[in-house]
Formats: sequence, C-alpha cells, structure tokens
Amino acid sequence: MIAAWPCSGPSGLCEEYALAFDQGRGRRVLIVPALFDEANRMRGMLVDTMRLLDEAGIDTFLPDLPGCNESLQSFTAQSLHSWRAAMGQAAQHFGASDVLAVRGGALVYPGTLPGWVLEPAKGPSILRQLIRARTIAAREAGHHEDSAALLEQGRDTGLELAGYRCGASLIAGLQDALPQIEGQRIVMQAELGGGGLWLRAEPAAAPEQSAALARLIAADLDA
Amino acid sequence: MTSTDSTLRAILQDVLGLSAERVAAFDASTGLFGDLPELDSMAVAGLLTEIEDRLDIVIEDDEVDGELLETYGNLLAFLEAKVVA
Repeated sequence: MIAAWPCSGPSGLCEEYALAFDQGRGRRVLIVPALFDEANRMRGMLVDTMRLLDEAGIDTFLPDLPGCNESLQSFTAQSLHSWRAAMGQAAQHFGASDVLAVRGGALVYPGTLPGWVLEPAKGPSILRQLIRARTIAAREAGHHEDSAALLEQGRDTGLELAGYRCGASLIAGLQDALPQIEGQRIVMQAELGGGGLWLRAEPAAAPEQSAALARLIAADLDA
Repeated sequence: MTSTDSTLRAILQDVLGLSAERVAAFDASTGLFGDLPELDSMAVAGLLTEIEDRLDIVIEDDEVDGELLETYGNLLAFLEAKVVA
C-alpha cells in the first residue's frame, strides 16, 4: 500500500512516499493531490476512489508532494517548480499511464500524460484565500493585517499561511500560475454530485462522490 | 427567496456539510462565525472566496468585519447590496 519513490531534493536524491494500489496492471493512474489544506479534506474521498479503481483492475498512486504529509523535506524549500519536477519523477518511477490532477494539483501535474483534472484551481485564487484566512484570524485576535502588505512580504521573505511556512518562490509562483490543461478531461463537481469537499470545513468521506469519480475514470479508460 | 439568498444557502450547505433542510431553516438571526464551531478563519476564507466566484463580486478586506459574519441576515443583506451595485 505504501510505496517509496526517489525524488531530487536540495541535497540530492531523497525518498518520498505514495499510497499505492499496484498489481503491475496496464492502467496506472497517478493522482496529483490538491495543495495545502485542501489535500487533507479530499484525501479520504480519493483513497476510497483508489480502492474502487483497484477493484476495477486499475492501479493508482497518490504521492506526497515534497514537504507535505509524510515527506521529510522542508515545506519552506518548495515551489511550484519543485512540486512539478517531483510529480514528473513520481510518474516516471511508477510508470504512470494516466494522471488525475485535483484542484491546485493542476498547477503541478505532468501535463504530458492523458487523464483528468478535477475542478482545477488557479494559483491566485489559492493564494488569495490563504491570505484572507490570515487577515481574518488576525482580526479575530484583535490586530489588523493588510493583504497587499502580506503579499509583498511573502514575495520578499516568505510568509506563514494557514500553518504552512511558505517560501518566497512558492508565493511568487502561486501569484500568476494557471492550470495548463493539455487535452485532459476537466471534471466538474456537478458530475460527482454533492458539494466540493475542498470547501468543507470538517473533512468527511463522500462514498457517492468516490463511486462517481471511479466510474467516470474506469469508463473513460475502457473507451 | 432571492437568487442571492439561494446561492448563499447552497454555499453554506457545501461549506458546513449540512442538509438542504437544515440550511433552509436559517433565518436572519441565525448566528454564523462564533456560533458555528466548524466555521473557523480558514473556512470563512473559503466561504468568502466561493461567494465571490459564484456571485461574481469582489469582497474587499475592509468589508470583512465581525458584524458581517455575525448572522445570516447580515451576510445576506451585505451581498444583496453588493450584487445590485
């Protein structure tokens, strides 16, 4: 279930982990997770989807982005570029035939693979929401923080957002990054039914959404 | 019910993971930030960003104060004024 893959870090190759359902089958889907907190909110749903795809005869791999989850790399050292390179290495290591990018994962997935992009998120929207969470928390604590000043500070020296110590290059990268979709199928939430789990204040499973996503992927791969 | 009202209820349903019936029962005095423990600063930021997307408006930093998010009625009145403007 847990597989390791080699990833280049700042001081040479290191090992990263992925959740894997691997029986050496022909269809091998790399799942590039959403960024920041959204990854946690959607993980349960995605793992259920992986289980269903396994039953349908499809291998799946859900790697950690460097600096996230089980990764030992520094989060602060990461950028969209390093995540993109890492996902490319994971795709190569696992021999991925297809890719599913989720939300902000669409900013860092290997676009050369065919596949699906679930509700792609724009970098500026992700950044705006993180900065907004920080200004709201500050106001609640009784002091004022200005978004524009925070953004400037972030681009200059990095910034702590929602508990993540973001480096300056990650902030600068998010500010302009748009999903690059090259022929992959865009899957909108309405196709899965229910509300988007990345919006959910408390993480929850959504078996009917997992089933819809697995059906959609399996049907496309059969076609 | 105005379309802004139904959009706001639909977004709250998604953010809070509540049933349509629960959210339909919200009235002007229903408490939001401070009364709903799951609505922390991160969730409020997500809520406001989703509102901006679905209503095609921009909510400025200085418009977000404690009063705005205190009750359902306050948030709805603010958004209805915004959508008309």
